[in-house]
Amino acid sequence: MSVSEGARLPIPRRSPVTHRVHGPSAMGDDLRRFWSLTFTLARTEFKLRFYGSVLGYVWTLVRPLLFFGVLYVFFTQIGHVNDGSKPGEKFYGSQLLASIVLFQFFAEATTGAVRSVVDRENLVRKIHFPRLVIPLSVVLLALFNLALNLVVVLVFALAEGVAPMLSWLELPLIVGALIVCATGVAMLLSAMFVHFRDVQPIWEVIQQILFYASPVIISIETVIKKLSPTMLHIYMLNPLAVIFQQFRHAMINNASPSAGQVLGSWAALGGALALVVAIFVIGFMVFNRAAARIAENL
Amino acid sequence: MTAQPGSAVAVSLENVSKTFRLPHQQYSTLKERALHPFRSTEYDELHAVKDISLEIAEGEFFGIVGRNGSGKSTLLKCIAGIYGVDQGRISIAGRLSPFIELGVGFNMDLTARDNVVINAIMLGISRREAKARFDHVIDFAELDEFVDLKLKNYSSGMLVRLAFATAIQVDAEILLIDEVLAVGDAAFQQKCFEEFFRLKREGKTIVFVSHDMYSVERFCHRAMLMERGNMVQIGDPREIGRAYHKLNFGQLPHEAPAAESAASGTMIADAWFAAADGERVTSCSQEDALSMCFEVRFAEDLTNPVFAATLRTELGHTIIVARTDQHGGASGSFKAGETVTAKFAIPNWLTPSRYLLTPSVAREGTGENALALVEDMASIMVHGSSVSGGILELPVDVRIERA
Repeated sequence: MSVSEGARLPIPRRSPVTHRVHGPSAMGDDLRRFWSLTFTLARTEFKLRFYGSVLGYVWTLVRPLLFFGVLYVFFTQIGHVNDGSKPGEKFYGSQLLASIVLFQFFAEATTGAVRSVVDRENLVRKIHFPRLVIPLSVVLLALFNLALNLVVVLVFALAEGVAPMLSWLELPLIVGALIVCATGVAMLLSAMFVHFRDVQPIWEVIQQILFYASPVIISIETVIKKLSPTMLHIYMLNPLAVIFQQFRHAMINNASPSAGQVLGSWAALGGALALVVAIFVIGFMVFNRAAARIAENL
Repeated sequence: MTAQPGSAVAVSLENVSKTFRLPHQQYSTLKERALHPFRSTEYDELHAVKDISLEIAEGEFFGIVGRNGSGKSTLLKCIAGIYGVDQGRISIAGRLSPFIELGVGFNMDLTARDNVVINAIMLGISRREAKARFDHVIDFAELDEFVDLKLKNYSSGMLVRLAFATAIQVDAEILLIDEVLAVGDAAFQQKCFEEFFRLKREGKTIVFVSHDMYSVERFCHRAMLMERGNMVQIGDPREIGRAYHKLNFGQLPHEAPAAESAASGTMIADAWFAAADGERVTSCSQEDALSMCFEVRFAEDLTNPVFAATLRTELGHTIIVARTDQHGGASGSFKAGETVTAKFAIPNWLTPSRYLLTPSVAREGTGENALALVEDMASIMVHGSSVSGGILELPVDVRIERA
């Protein structure tokens, strides 16, 4: 059992540039790889769900539709929240469905992100890759679903009589704001969960509160009528409320107030947007700080 | 310790230290944090890697060995950039493969086709390129018929083949490998070894962490022994192997020949296992009688030298040390230039596995300083089905008596 190839060293070919090895980081230094990894992880997960069960993707579509059906029947036929008598209150069905779909995106992106880093432990501990890829891929997966669900919303809205409007061009901005907000929360929660395991139940509760604190079931008109101006301002601190209402104004019914009109001033609208950006920045900073040690803290 | 002069440095570590903080309480909760905002979390410090400096040359096959918990895997993870270091700096020249273990990231619910592409992307290859290399990967793994089978239906051996094939497709100049050859059947292991030699010929730099001294000695140009986070020794893999065995299992009957006595010229020319009929064998069945043989060429006149054959398992456990002074009495007188063959016949009570023979010869007396000693010079594979769980299958006479 002799050493079959002697201990002689091979002749070096060339000297590549020496660079320092850094520990793990959130973003890494290769943006193409970063994006390609994020996309691949999201795509894989999407594929698994698509082919995973007998009915595959149908379930992802059926869930919000069923929820919508129950709420719609209950609140229009029994609860009489909205009878559509005023022009601003038309298309309650489209508005309800759209809000549910938008909220589902937010819920999927954030709840899915909480455990994501911990659940991918084997990757984190054995491969050097930008850590931020993991929560971002969860958001991206939720975005795939949102895109499909928005098609359903479009079909439903057209069927209900919503006519195409110029303000539909606002869609990328509105969804963009929602994505920024969801990504910020996703980064924050996934980094926190590594240390604090009660983040999961706490977030579930907060999410429930957010659902009822957004104009999903109860239209903004009712909210304006019932709440004092101060309470209304607190209500509109919820970025989801701002985003959902603007979506309704721009996409479904121009007669309902825009987010700016509800807030009352441009400054207030600017503040609401600043809050969205702040959530993102805080989320990124927290994740970025935790990224270097995530592998050893798992 | 610097790399061989004249060659470029591929990996360089300067005073690298890594400390883990081990909190007394594994997971805290937000609730606790809110209730006791000023209580500091207590933790122990574990110094996993202590002040290690070394340089690995381009094209070098470098082994890191050590016992469990010696810090070798942590060091590898630091080089890979999975852990950040606390002190010191690590520099590399060339493209580093980002993984340290085979099959990381395989998803059992996906087909081999999907997994290979996904894994390649994780390793930093573009999607298009990954698809182009797909056929080559499957060819190497010999899994053409199973590309569209889900991994959960794969056997463990097939998985290893796929993992290895996927991993080596990366064009990294520096590969980091943690305990790679511990799995797979004999034929595939052989293939992996061949692939290792190919990588070696191509001049890839490989840092290889292992328990298996056999593969370290076979592949590595240099090796390093770690113990409790410290570098104990660095140098020739055979010396490191010896130091590692010493650390684990105590000493051999003879010490390695000192330089002066080695200069005497007495050498062990050959060592082998022989079957009952005297024929050389590299494998045998359980219970086939065996002899441990080696050929010694004397360079001086000697009276009653001590011949010894040490049989060990692959892990380095010593099974038997057969010595002429204990098992045969005086060995007689030998002239300079004479060549003799020592044969130690043993009943074969070995369980199926691979065993290694270390022949040695020493002067009369305590046999402290060997004239010649060649570590793990020959090996034998014992086949069979009887596995009781021990190292040996000793003849057993069973009797149950009533009181």
